[in-house]
Amino acid sequence: MSSTDAGKQPAGRPILQVQGVDAFYGHIQALHGVSLDVHYGEIVTMIGANGAGKSTLMMTIFGHPRARNGRIIFDGWDITDEPTHHIARRGISLVPEGRRIFQRMTVLENLQLGAELAPDSHFDEDLAFVYSLFPVLQKRQNQRAGTLSGGEQQMLAIGRALMGKPRFLMLDEPSLGLAPLLVQQVFDALRQLNEEHNMTIFLVEQNAWHALRLAHRAYVLVNGRVTMSGTGKELLEKEEVRAAYLGGGH
Amino acid sequence: MEYFLQQLINGLTLGSIYGLIAIGYTMVYGIIGMINFAHGDIFMIGAFVSLIVFLIVIGLGVTWIPLVLLIVLLVAMLVTSAYGWTVERLAYRPLRGSFRLAPLITAIGMSIFLQNYVQIAQGARVKSLPPVITGGYTLMEVDGFTVQISNIQIIIMIVTVVLMAIFAYIIARTPLGRAQRATEQDAVMASLLGINVDRTISLTFVIGAALASVAGLMFVLYYGVIDFYIGFIAGIKAFTAAVLGGIGSLPGAMLGGLIIGLIETFWSAYFSIEYKDVAAFSILAIVLIFLPSGLLGKPSVEKV
Repeated sequence: MSSTDAGKQPAGRPILQVQGVDAFYGHIQALHGVSLDVHYGEIVTMIGANGAGKSTLMMTIFGHPRARNGRIIFDGWDITDEPTHHIARRGISLVPEGRRIFQRMTVLENLQLGAELAPDSHFDEDLAFVYSLFPVLQKRQNQRAGTLSGGEQQMLAIGRALMGKPRFLMLDEPSLGLAPLLVQQVFDALRQLNEEHNMTIFLVEQNAWHALRLAHRAYVLVNGRVTMSGTGKELLEKEEVRAAYLGGGH
Repeated sequence: MEYFLQQLINGLTLGSIYGLIAIGYTMVYGIIGMINFAHGDIFMIGAFVSLIVFLIVIGLGVTWIPLVLLIVLLVAMLVTSAYGWTVERLAYRPLRGSFRLAPLITAIGMSIFLQNYVQIAQGARVKSLPPVITGGYTLMEVDGFTVQISNIQIIIMIVTVVLMAIFAYIIARTPLGRAQRATEQDAVMASLLGINVDRTISLTFVIGAALASVAGLMFVLYYGVIDFYIGFIAGIKAFTAAVLGGIGSLPGAMLGGLIIGLIETFWSAYFSIEYKDVAAFSILAIVLIFLPSGLLGKPSVEKV
């Protein structure tokens, strides 16, 4: 795993800082004082069980729901109270939980929607890039997105996020529901984006084994609280992590 | 047969007007899941603005009718759109995210407000405009019965077809149309992609109002009389058309408008003019019993 070599770890300034954030769904507190940093050029992952608050954290960064306490800073700007579409326009893309592709629109239209934020002049180039990552999307480009298989929908969701030319890519369980071979393909694509295109990536995963091997650094979220952090390698070797999230299954 | 053809032409003309209004109902329903009961009154405002601008332009000494109509059309679209935008901004946006019936109640309130506002500002009496576009063509003449199509009918149908084509293009091919369809399917996801959902919704009201204003102008030119109450009846009919065609479906709204217009016209022609509304609503009831989501509507889960 050359990408987790200590020497390659970027030590740049933070692109995303989450500082003591609380978030609620209705009356239920989902996040308790969560703090974390993601630096330029890094791949950071957050692992945690189902219901730990990983997806809530992702959506809270975009203001859905709003952080009740604490601050969220992106690229030096306080985005805690910004409208969601402004946050997106700062150069963050999210592949959300459940993919949320536009089922009744074509694959191409979904990708066009993703390109809302990128200059028009780049469209053909960006589209070619996404098709090179996921060739199946090109074959299906005029098909309704709702007719795609689960794996293809996941690729479409990632492709759509990339069409916005984000500086910072967030992914919520990109491996969910994918066949093992596809999981490998998706994670390879993420590594390629990071290494060749210097894209900063923050992903949450239940598939801790893959995620920790990919990530430079990682956090563990338990019941809405960050309980552990370290390099991917460090966490992979921790007994608690192995017992709780790796389950000896791999 | 000649009589039938004549009524067909009349019905299509009326149906075009209903269809243009129905688009506004169906679009707003599609994007925010509410029935904008003030939309019929937006159409009424469009008719009044058209009449007023017409008289002003004539008063200024412009007499070349095509130019006058072009000016009236543009000004009416602009002013009526501003009304549509304002209604959304004042009465609906603050209630977004509140319980489902709240915007429905303000919509009815808005409808009553607009009616009273025009009644006070313009008076309750019927306003009339002498025929502006006259003449027509005789299509056929059999046994002393003639089938005619008047110039105003031709204009109404052509304008409707052209507007529908432009509108369909906007929805299917432009970034605005994509943003509207995306917002309709998943507003949160649309905002995650950088789409300004509030602006997209506002533009939906603006487009709906612009189409209704054109319907208003054509109504004035076709019937020559308007009052502050025309929006209520026409609005209910157009709403019925939207439901009949399948609320949320744009082709459905147009189809529903044409069907309602035809039913009304044929019923008046062959049976009795008194029960034409009963006929239209009866057809609606029957269609909804067998096709609950309307003619072209997609069976959908309840929007919450």
